[in-house]
Amino acid sequence: MGAIHYWRELWRYRELFFFLAWRDILVRYKQTAIGVAWSVIRPLATMLVFSVVFGRLAKLPSNGVPYPVMVYAAMLPWQFFANALAESSNSLIDNANLLTKVYFPRLIVPASAVIVSLVDFLISCVILCGIMAWYRFVPDLKILLLPLFLLMAFFVSFGAGLWLSALNVKYRDFRYVVPFLVQFGLYISPVGFSSAIVPEQWRFWYFLNPMVGVIDGFRWAILGGAFSVNWPGFLLSSALVVLIFLGGVAYFRRMERSFADVV
Amino acid sequence: MSNVISIENLGKKYLLSHRSERGSYVALRDVLADGARQLGRRLLGRSGAAGARQPQEEFWALQELNFEVQQGDRIGIIGRNGAGKSTLLKILSRITEPTTGSVRIRGRVASLLEVGTGFHPELTGRENIFLNGAIMGMSRVEIARKFDQIVDFAEIERFLDTPVKRYSSGMYVRLAFAVAAFLEPEVLIVDEVLAVGDAQFQKKCLGRMKEVGREGRTVLFVSHNMDFIKLLCSSGILLHGGRNLYSGEVDSAIAKYESLMTDSVYVGDRGSDVVYQNEAVNSDAFDIIQVKICDKKDQPISQVNTFDSFKFRVKFHSPDCYESKSAALFVSNLNRRPLLRLAMYPYSPFTMHCKKGTNEFICQLEKIPLPAGTYLLIFGICESQTGEWLFERDLCPFEIGTTDIYQSGVPPTDKLCVAVSDYFWTGV
Repeated sequence: MGAIHYWRELWRYRELFFFLAWRDILVRYKQTAIGVAWSVIRPLATMLVFSVVFGRLAKLPSNGVPYPVMVYAAMLPWQFFANALAESSNSLIDNANLLTKVYFPRLIVPASAVIVSLVDFLISCVILCGIMAWYRFVPDLKILLLPLFLLMAFFVSFGAGLWLSALNVKYRDFRYVVPFLVQFGLYISPVGFSSAIVPEQWRFWYFLNPMVGVIDGFRWAILGGAFSVNWPGFLLSSALVVLIFLGGVAYFRRMERSFADVV
Repeated sequence: MSNVISIENLGKKYLLSHRSERGSYVALRDVLADGARQLGRRLLGRSGAAGARQPQEEFWALQELNFEVQQGDRIGIIGRNGAGKSTLLKILSRITEPTTGSVRIRGRVASLLEVGTGFHPELTGRENIFLNGAIMGMSRVEIARKFDQIVDFAEIERFLDTPVKRYSSGMYVRLAFAVAAFLEPEVLIVDEVLAVGDAQFQKKCLGRMKEVGREGRTVLFVSHNMDFIKLLCSSGILLHGGRNLYSGEVDSAIAKYESLMTDSVYVGDRGSDVVYQNEAVNSDAFDIIQVKICDKKDQPISQVNTFDSFKFRVKFHSPDCYESKSAALFVSNLNRRPLLRLAMYPYSPFTMHCKKGTNEFICQLEKIPLPAGTYLLIFGICESQTGEWLFERDLCPFEIGTTDIYQSGVPPTDKLCVAVSDYFWTGV
């Protein structure tokens, strides 16, 4: 199937992106008691734990900004990435019955998983506003650039999700790889600490992690002047984001035609 | 008339793996050794099929398939289980790709390969209508517009806001079909989904599908129920072992299918008086040898028409001498429902004395009251006292030709009615 034809198909099925995401969100809160409150409690609780562990106990520096705000500003994109990865990597297998019985462009399945994480992200953003209000912290105009970094986070999550979901269909081992990746990634990404403390000789390898660029960008936009970004490092991370995304789309499209036979 | 679907040299291959013969159990030691070897091979580079530890067999689900479908055709795809019907539908629905050959389809395709695809048990009926509709390619606006029609067709208005997991299976099926019934694709593909649901619902579904056909859309329908196929389809494609055995008139396709099911030779217009011949007679038990037809003067005939009077000459093999057995010949419809039961016991006063070896008996029929069409001949032998069946076999398709018995220019066929009789209307 030609490339133009494929993207035209995707456009025709555009509503399905939201329908599948809507379905997953609805199902999440069916027959729950406090339902939507969980979207608030989860990020809040994680932020509290991090503030205590890394801020009070490990006493990592925070450049004059309230520690919870610094942590939260980084947790926002990280949670989005982690959730998106976890959901999208299993999305094809979870929707196996759809894959074998109905035709629609398969790209929609992992994409809608990322959209679900996006909704969680937006709720967490509201909480961030609450936290900033609590600490009477006012961000400067750089916060208007936040959507740009959000876009970066989206592309890296979606790209990684495409890789993993396609691989997972054929080699179920990847189901076990993902939680490990997420756990490991949490410690090598600047969530609990800031990029400034990374020693010079490891900088290059450190910035190969695409989430470093994303998280640094988020911190810079939200926290303003207190944080400076290592721009060369940022560019390196961005390049990885683009690579992962394009590679993911290419690999997924190549494997797509055999999904129904293999899943 | 334009080609809506063209299929050229279509083939679909699957690889089957077989566990290597190593005794009746698989030891953990072997599993670990195999796994390590596989991993090593994979890490060192592409191993491909040649390096596969387990022998793999090629299975061609479809081979060398060629046919064309015009717009507005209603085609029934029939065949035994495993003939490749569902695989063909999956390829036409673009769910899986062909291994060889090409498929060209013009227009939007909607397929109903399974009821309730995309239904989520936690969501309510209302939510599932939108979800299912979206998955099948309808836009939200379209679904909202047809919402009332869909709910009406499914008859579940009271239960719209209950989660679907609480529905009975009948309600579930009605809802699932209702959503698919109101799609407006150029090509509609339906796979065996009418098998569920009660008779009234099946009638409704058939009615809806006929309407879809009348609207000028192309319908491809797979079923094992020959009555549905006959009612709905104008042409048929018979698949057997992945190949296209016959495509053309639906009645001939069905007759050929029946001959496959009964392991007999398709008679067609063979012009012989032998309706059925068994090549391999089992000499240790009861077995049928041959069935011939002839007229009342014992002259061989090759064709029977409506209201004809004729004789069946049945030859069968008996393992011993018996006084207490009875034989029966059935003329059934293609769903194996007996329309005529020509039994010695208990209906006729004839007592059968069978001897060891070949026996021949004659059954004479007066004015066979069946309209033109394809039927199934079934022969059985039972105990006279208890009626317990000792031997029963579907013999072969049996065709009855047309006779304009009412002199109206419209001879009755089995599409119109199951049986015919002399009758007339008068005023009071």
